[in-house]
Amino acid sequence: MTDQAVSVPRRESPLLRLAKGAALIRESAVGMIGLGIVVFWVAVAILAPLLAPFPPNQPVMPMATPGMAAPTGETFWLGTDHLGRDILSRIIHGSRQVLLYAPLATFCAYLVGIPMGLAAGYRRGLVDDILSFIANVILSFPVLVLYIIIIATIGASGSNIVIAVTFASAPGIMRIVRGLVLDLRNREYVFAAETRGETPWRIMLVEILPNARGPLIVDACLRLGYVVITIGTLGFLGLGLPPPDPDWGGMVSETRQFAMFMPHMAIFPCIAISSLVLGFNLLADGLREVSLRD
Amino acid sequence: MDSQAKSFDGPVLECRDLCISYFTRAGEIPAVIDFNMTLEQGGSIGLVGESGCGKSTVAMAIMRYLGGNGAIVGGQVFYKGRDMATFSEEELRQLRGNEIAMVYQEPMASLNPSMTLGRQLMEVPLCHENISEEEAYKRARQMLADVNLPDPDRIMSVYPHQISGGQQQRVVIAMALLSNPSLLLLDEPTTALDVTVEAGIIELIGQIAEKFNTSMVYISHNLGLILETCDRVNVMYSGVVVESGTVTEVFDHMRHPYTKGLFGCIPLPGASKTARPLVPIRGQLPLPHQRPPGCYFGPRCDFFQKGVCDREGLGMTSVPNEPGHDVRCRRWQEIDWDSYHPEGVGAGEMEPGEVVLSIDDMKKYYELTDNSIAALISGKRVRYVKANESISFDARSCQTVAIVGESGCGKSTFAKVLMGLETATDGKVVFNGKDISQEEVQKRTPEQIGSMQMVFQNPFDTLNPSHTVGSQLARVIRKFGVEKNKDRIEQRVMELLDLVKLPREFARRRPRQLSGGQKQRVGIARAFAGNPTTVVADEPVSALDVSVQAAVTGLLMDIQKTYRTTLIFISHDLSLVRYLADRVVVMYLGHIVEQGTTDEVFAPPYHPYTEALLSAVPIADTSVEKTRIILEGNLPSVTNPPSGCVFNTRCPRKIGEICETQDPPVVEPTPGHQIACHLSREELARMKPVIVMAEEASPPAAE
Repeated sequence: MTDQAVSVPRRESPLLRLAKGAALIRESAVGMIGLGIVVFWVAVAILAPLLAPFPPNQPVMPMATPGMAAPTGETFWLGTDHLGRDILSRIIHGSRQVLLYAPLATFCAYLVGIPMGLAAGYRRGLVDDILSFIANVILSFPVLVLYIIIIATIGASGSNIVIAVTFASAPGIMRIVRGLVLDLRNREYVFAAETRGETPWRIMLVEILPNARGPLIVDACLRLGYVVITIGTLGFLGLGLPPPDPDWGGMVSETRQFAMFMPHMAIFPCIAISSLVLGFNLLADGLREVSLRD
Repeated sequence: MDSQAKSFDGPVLECRDLCISYFTRAGEIPAVIDFNMTLEQGGSIGLVGESGCGKSTVAMAIMRYLGGNGAIVGGQVFYKGRDMATFSEEELRQLRGNEIAMVYQEPMASLNPSMTLGRQLMEVPLCHENISEEEAYKRARQMLADVNLPDPDRIMSVYPHQISGGQQQRVVIAMALLSNPSLLLLDEPTTALDVTVEAGIIELIGQIAEKFNTSMVYISHNLGLILETCDRVNVMYSGVVVESGTVTEVFDHMRHPYTKGLFGCIPLPGASKTARPLVPIRGQLPLPHQRPPGCYFGPRCDFFQKGVCDREGLGMTSVPNEPGHDVRCRRWQEIDWDSYHPEGVGAGEMEPGEVVLSIDDMKKYYELTDNSIAALISGKRVRYVKANESISFDARSCQTVAIVGESGCGKSTFAKVLMGLETATDGKVVFNGKDISQEEVQKRTPEQIGSMQMVFQNPFDTLNPSHTVGSQLARVIRKFGVEKNKDRIEQRVMELLDLVKLPREFARRRPRQLSGGQKQRVGIARAFAGNPTTVVADEPVSALDVSVQAAVTGLLMDIQKTYRTTLIFISHDLSLVRYLADRVVVMYLGHIVEQGTTDEVFAPPYHPYTEALLSAVPIADTSVEKTRIILEGNLPSVTNPPSGCVFNTRCPRKIGEICETQDPPVVEPTPGHQIACHLSREELARMKPVIVMAEEASPPAAE
């Protein structure tokens, strides 16, 4: 019984497994398109200083239409805004803000929502009643009103956007997690863990949470899209990142009054927002498609 | 269909060389190959085989309902002499439900929860025939009476969830019969039901053919049920029929090694773990795309001969002098069954040791708080669910104590109290000399927890799909403090895998890469990780296929013998209990109604409930004669149990008022054999055995 002759294959590294799992998305055409769009924007954000033809906040020539030549000889591919800043450069630099704060806010929302959902779903009873009540109260506010109240109270800045999004999204995440846990907690392996005296938090985090990851990853992708919209909306309402740094929502808002005769100023940032949201949504669809197979 | 089809008097259904494939990403997967079957009018054919053998696929193909990725790739199906491939979509729609009806396993899934049963039943004639609402109502009501449902008027007006599972299945059968179909397909119609309820449904199915002249195809994994319902049987293995013939031919003179193997796996009344142990079929069912060449059963067959059995083009051969009895085996005439004595997985004699677990008058009540206004006014706000009432028994080391009962009898609650997930309301549970009835699992020491562990029922649920087999076993070892050092833990994991006869590389696998039986083996390894003195096994093999069941049961007994473990075996399968248990505790609605040694419980005198349970178990042996006892009524609710004897509402031997008013006394016909019943000693003594082996003078079931 104790002979060591039988060799045991090496354990696969978790990183390799993750890569293998991610490679599954190749089997979904929709997912690949989504992934392509997202990867495109990530690349743009990383390479922003190299790609942008002009500094984003420098006024060059006001009210230039797309394709006009700059005094220095370069071309304003997407035109300039009312202050003469190059729209293409601002969009390129603006992607950095969105792609920094949207994932960060989503991550924070999950960081808060998951433990709440785990506790509510696994403990049930009073804990569930209290957490669900809090969630219902928050969810009963119109989201926009909630954002305005929060940002107006604590001020407009990147980290405050993260706080506002976390506050508004965590209850929704809690509900999803709670639903998943209510199903998973009745599995026999959970029962087995209970009968060997595991602590509740270990059961929640090690036995239950990993098995809820499929739906949560899909939801996270969708939610990333919503948060991109949210950041855009906040920018449009003037509650986003403080000027003059480029912010897609803010760009639309600032140029709104010129939209009648110079639509390019508002349209291009809108297209940027939509394409990124679309990318996340398609990626989520693809992930769902792949996860339902097999 | 037209009148010509109705008056057709040839076979109702004929399958000729039917081949069915599923098309997946991995390519074409043949699910059923070369399937032949002829079903005469009023006849019944059983399709029997383990999961994945293609029996349900055949039924779906007959209905022409294979889904998007399935297709008939060869052969024909003739319905009343007409090739079904020539039917148009519209004709098929008329055929389904009108001429061919199907009953599925899960009754609740077949009924619409938002419609009254009457409405759903009336839809059938209203949809297929041009008749009035009143006529449809009358027909539906009559059919409910015909399937022996009490109070059909009430059933007509209620919703599916308001009646019990057994009643639901009767309604589904009634619905199938309403259009007076020529052919009824039953796909495991009783698998989801309790054994006493099943007995009633089986009796009904047996009557269908004569009452309605309906032909039946009965699909089941249970050979005993086939014997009770069918004239002919097709034994299927991995997509092919390996043996077909009349039920008596196949059951008494089986020719194919697989059929023989199946019968060796089921605990028939003659089998016992000491004298006639079960013989599992080694290996496992090949995956459809990994079938071996020639005979698909070859790799698992003891009579496999290279060059003969692995040649392609294996067809059915007829058994001479037995028309209609066909075997798919090249060597069946050469096999000498008389000199074939495979080694079984018996445990041998075991001498029980000292008392390890002693339960004394244990009670577990759940409190229900009623917040309704009526309850506030009457002041009765708290009600009790008496899940366990006065449970007392002892278990010795090396002994197997079986707890038998149907769903809702309190078996699971009892297990929870033992494991410390619930505390007892009253009474004592003495384990290794210490009362643990009030100790929750968090308060128990690692040794205490490790020395009482559990094997669970559902193989697909028992292991965490996110973690490897090795890491799950390692966690248990660390948790119980058996080993501390990382290498020693690794070593111990390997030993445990050896113990349950699994290859060591399984440590790195994830549960989804394992078959059901293999997962259950890991579950057993996990339970034995902390060197337990007692293992509670909650229906450990009931979700497994018959051939795997025998192997896992054998393994469990083997390990029990090695470690002299006490096994608390919770089960509803009386055949299995008779096979492996030393003592049996029969529970009904939280009460112990009878307990004693296995021989005492399985022989008269019985408690009337035990008697009914025994009679309800289907036995796949033509030489066994059973007394038929069908329990009337439903299992009462635990929140509102009957007064007096809890079994009085369904008891066929009820004496009178005394059963409803007084708790039954405990009678001891022999020391240690306890029956809680009002029947007098004389009446108990007059009881006849329920199961009698007819012809053979083999030793009686309980010797």
